Amino acid sequence: MTALRIPPTGLRFENIDKRYGGLFALRRVSFEIAPGECVVLAGRNGSGKTTLLRIAAQIVKPTAGKLSFPGVGSPPSASGRPGYVAHATMVYDELTAEENLLLFAKLQDVENPAARAEELLREVGLIERRDSLVRTFSRGMRQRMAIARALIHGPSVLLFDEPATGLDPPGIAWLANSLRELHRAGCTVLMSLHGESEISALATRAVQLDAGSVVADTKFGASLHSILTFGSAGATP
Amino acid sequence: MSLLSNTAILLGKELRTEFRSRELLTTTAVFILIVLVLFSFEINPGTEEAREFAPGLLWLAILFASSLMFQSCFLREQTNDTLSSLRLAVSDPFAIFLAKLIANTLFLLLTELLMLPFFAIFYNIPLWSKLPVLILVLFVGSLGISIVGTAISAISAQARMRELLLPLLLLPLLTPVLVVSSLVTASLLDREPIVQWKGIGFLAVFDLIFLTALWLFGEYLLEE
Repeated sequence: MTALRIPPTGLRFENIDKRYGGLFALRRVSFEIAPGECVVLAGRNGSGKTTLLRIAAQIVKPTAGKLSFPGVGSPPSASGRPGYVAHATMVYDELTAEENLLLFAKLQDVENPAARAEELLREVGLIERRDSLVRTFSRGMRQRMAIARALIHGPSVLLFDEPATGLDPPGIAWLANSLRELHRAGCTVLMSLHGESEISALATRAVQLDAGSVVADTKFGASLHSILTFGSAGATP
Repeated sequence: MSLLSNTAILLGKELRTEFRSRELLTTTAVFILIVLVLFSFEINPGTEEAREFAPGLLWLAILFASSLMFQSCFLREQTNDTLSSLRLAVSDPFAIFLAKLIANTLFLLLTELLMLPFFAIFYNIPLWSKLPVLILVLFVGSLGISIVGTAISAISAQARMRELLLPLLLLPLLTPVLVVSSLVTASLLDREPIVQWKGIGFLAVFDLIFLTALWLFGEYLLEE
């Protein structure tokens, strides 16, 4: 995968609250991710993982608390924003694979957008379908498109919300390999996952959420399995 | 990346997706045509009655057709959550509005220009000599409809009762545009045509006020 276009940066959540009406989606969430760290966000459905990732992506504003990106100031410009892969593909069905990547490359001021789009389409294995409309793609191909879109501007922070959704075993292996390369290149990664996989093996730390609060923050080791399968785990220093 | 270059890129995307699917253009053109045809049976072509009421009917048809257009304007950005990817990619969220409202104005104008010959034939009202000023009136009126419609579309797309909310908010806000555009068009199509510059000026000021409001507060309309 391609090298970063901007220097590595970390991610800091300070007392983040997010409320929808009277319902707390997140409650006083605080933790910091060092530049280049790969962290898994674990928790049951409805525990607040997606909300936290959308706050980190700056799509949702927290009700209270502060998000910052140590090293680049806050908030970063459009070209320095995190790359975000969500549940939805966030690409246009009515555009071709290449048109989609060109659109986002141009919006994010990528140098030589055509070359960058071609490079990414090659990396995600869609180069032969570059002129096909995204609506003709399978779920797995759409997920590859979503990943290519998130990487188009060479972000230093990557936010993945269950990135293996829709991918077959070779696709998961490809994603794990890509993430490994990005991590080696210095990318900071925060991803939500369910269960252990090739992808979770890349992480060096896991943060577990429950009912919107951090209930465990564990360096990887024996307690990894426990956290990813939502067993009890205590916070470790 | 400047606001204008972001807007130009997004406008290109809007035009490309619409000309590929032709959903909005077909819907609005067919709707306006149906209204013009239906009312042509009730109003005698070429009479004073036609000159008096046909401009109002034309603008009413444009307004209702545009509400169909605005219904899907931001809604189709929600299908794959593309609005989020746009918000992540642009430096100024106003670029998203600007591109959409320019595209909507262009689609409306194109539909209106396609419908004008049918309007002239069904109501037997000669338009040729007044065409430049009529196009100006159509432009300032359609721009006002698009500015307000695009803003309301962003609000209603996130609401639960969006199909009801859009016309409920849109129609009262656009009443001044509808009334003034109809009056100016009726004066223009009279046997002794008068160009009501005050009316055209009113429409231009309306456009400017709502565009400024959208520029100032548009970002909040996109928040989840």
